Amino acid sequence: MTSPIVLLALVGVLYTAGVYLLLERSLTRVLLGVLVLGNATNVLVIVAGGPTGAAPLVGRAPEETMSDALVQALVLTAIVITLGVSAFLLALIHRAWTLDREDDLTEDTEDRSVRRRLARGEQEDEEELDTTGCENVSDTDPEDTETGPDPVRAAAGAIGEDGR
Amino acid sequence: MNPGSTLLATLIPLPVLLPLLGAGLTLVLSRRPMLQRAVSVAVLAVVVVIAALLLVTAVQSGPVVATVGSWPVPLGITLVVDPLSGLMLLTSMTVTLAVLVYAIGQGVYDRDEDTPITIFHPTYLVLAAGVANAFLSGDLFNLYVGFEVLLMASYVLLTLGGSRSRVRAGITYVVVNVVSSLVFLVGIALVYAAVGTLNLAQISLRMAEVPSGTALAIHLVLLTAFGIKAAVFPLSAWLPDSYPTAAAPVTAVFAGLLTKVGVYSIIRTETLLFPDSEVTQTVLLVAAGLTMLVGALGAIAQADIKRILSFTLVSHIGYMIFGIALATPLGVAGAVFYVVHHITVQATLFCVVGLIEGVGGSTSVTRLGGLAKASPLLALLWFIPAVNLGGIPPLSGFVGKLGLVQAGVVDGSALAWTLVVVSVLTSLLTLYAVTKVWVLAFWRPADQIPVSEEPDQDEDEEADEGDEDAPDDRERTTGGLPGAPTPRSGVLTQVRPGTARTIARAEANSGAEVDWPVARLAPTDGAPALSGRFLGAAGDTVSSSLPRVMTAATAALVVLGLSLTVAAGPLYAVADQASDDLVARTPYIQAVFAQTVDDRVAR
Repeated sequence: MTSPIVLLALVGVLYTAGVYLLLERSLTRVLLGVLVLGNATNVLVIVAGGPTGAAPLVGRAPEETMSDALVQALVLTAIVITLGVSAFLLALIHRAWTLDREDDLTEDTEDRSVRRRLARGEQEDEEELDTTGCENVSDTDPEDTETGPDPVRAAAGAIGEDGR
Repeated sequence: MNPGSTLLATLIPLPVLLPLLGAGLTLVLSRRPMLQRAVSVAVLAVVVVIAALLLVTAVQSGPVVATVGSWPVPLGITLVVDPLSGLMLLTSMTVTLAVLVYAIGQGVYDRDEDTPITIFHPTYLVLAAGVANAFLSGDLFNLYVGFEVLLMASYVLLTLGGSRSRVRAGITYVVVNVVSSLVFLVGIALVYAAVGTLNLAQISLRMAEVPSGTALAIHLVLLTAFGIKAAVFPLSAWLPDSYPTAAAPVTAVFAGLLTKVGVYSIIRTETLLFPDSEVTQTVLLVAAGLTMLVGALGAIAQADIKRILSFTLVSHIGYMIFGIALATPLGVAGAVFYVVHHITVQATLFCVVGLIEGVGGSTSVTRLGGLAKASPLLALLWFIPAVNLGGIPPLSGFVGKLGLVQAGVVDGSALAWTLVVVSVLTSLLTLYAVTKVWVLAFWRPADQIPVSEEPDQDEDEEADEGDEDAPDDRERTTGGLPGAPTPRSGVLTQVRPGTARTIARAEANSGAEVDWPVARLAPTDGAPALSGRFLGAAGDTVSSSLPRVMTAATAALVVLGLSLTVAAGPLYAVADQASDDLVARTPYIQAVFAQTVDDRVAR
């Protein structure tokens, strides 16, 4: 059985792009990543069906030369499922946009605490937290300074991604 | 096969079909809430009865197989009920039914008949259909479809109401699960490329001829996909992040069922498709140990009861993986028993949390107190499943853990012994976590709930409804003694009498500044908004007494948990038989292929 190199290369390229997009912070790009990954997987399933042949319709061609019809049925199902999930995800992103006017993944409060701890150092932070148990001023501060380039924030952002 | 079981074989598709039809019917009946509820309850009750019949048949006369559309076996979709899937189906559907009653009770209690949650019933039934399909499927792709059906329903249920916190959690949840489904689909493609079939029984026969390296690669891809769904440690971070935001009954049914479908798939993969794979057994053992420890430690660090329970959920997945990874009849039997126990107990606990939220006005142990005095019944409902989860004899949690420890000792390898130690340690840590809740929320007198003086001005936090617990989590995680039942180390200027709820009510009514988010979110003249409500918004009535239907459903679940203890002997026998069948593999494969002959003869 010969492997269709072109299709496999396509799968590789799509996976690369999809994973890259998926790791973005912007939700729209995450959605695009999901779509690209979905397509890559569908192509992979098609490749799994073996070499291409005649259309699998009885009577049109000898049975040995037909391509595998099963993988096409599987891919059809998978496409429908991906479509449904994408629609739902799009609706969620739209909802997040109407709520917050923000396309970025809003951080979990847990992630935020990690970031603040990194920015201020453990000791000070603990003290602050213990006095109130609520994140008062401390939480809004770093948000204001976010406009400038802030390596610490980037690092913490990365940690936030991991945490997810 | 005897004629009785062939007759019963026609019942096999019904646990999938009935909820789907019921979903359509409830959607049509969305303007008739009473009728809608009656239909959902009736459908699930019938499914429970069918599941019981199927289990009895499978235990008595071996696996029952149905071929959808009468296609001969390797071609069509097969549905198989062996003791394992019968047991899983019966347990999950019983819990689903109880939680549905609970949800109906909450819907009534919340007085939200006018709000657009009519979608709840159809979605819930679709979820049940997806779970049933996954358990019954004898075909890898049908398993994938079952997963997608239940996941799609779970996306909707998780984000019910579309509040800010739920949308945030929902996006994470959806993306993680979509990715895991894609990994699963890749696994399916690889399986098909390697063996040219997707029928589980046929794969298991043909996989023996595949070169071991290829088989291992396929095996690991499938395990990764199922590992994400089952929340096994390195792949479990999504779970405690997303589950606690959902409505109480939704969390209960998710905690009970969804991860267990992943566990079930891992059992099938390990026993039927890839037996005797030493590499993955080692990998799974290590993952099981880490899952137990990391989950239990996470639970200790949390202050919110829902989060504590989510982490214990992750932690106890480790027990099942431990049993599966041993790959001996004893180990698998322990895992099967543990799955049944865990589905019940975890769903019960999340239901109780819904009740706690209703009475106490919060789910954070730092804001709760005096619940044992306020409602002894609630205390009892929490106490029994909590100690059951912790593994106190003679409850079913203890029986399950004992079985697994025994299997580990019999196995005798160094890794197995390590896992035995870890599992006992995890049991203690779990007990510590649930006892912390008990001591703080139930035993602590209400007038000792610490309250800080400073008013909270944090707009950002205010926006995040449903994240009320966040500040405390942080305090707990960074503080010196996490979870210790001492007052917080901050400057306490005063203590107030009453539970958080009663304080919230008083302050909300007087329009005063209130200093914890639950109450702060409250409309000036209303009750506090609670994250566990269906729509994540206010609308409930304030009542110190327990809502009757919800309590009855929870009590039924507690009784179910206790009955697992009483019937532990016969149940363990069923688990033993299931695991013998699984490890032997032949009953399953023979039953499926016997069907081929039958069909061809019939033609």
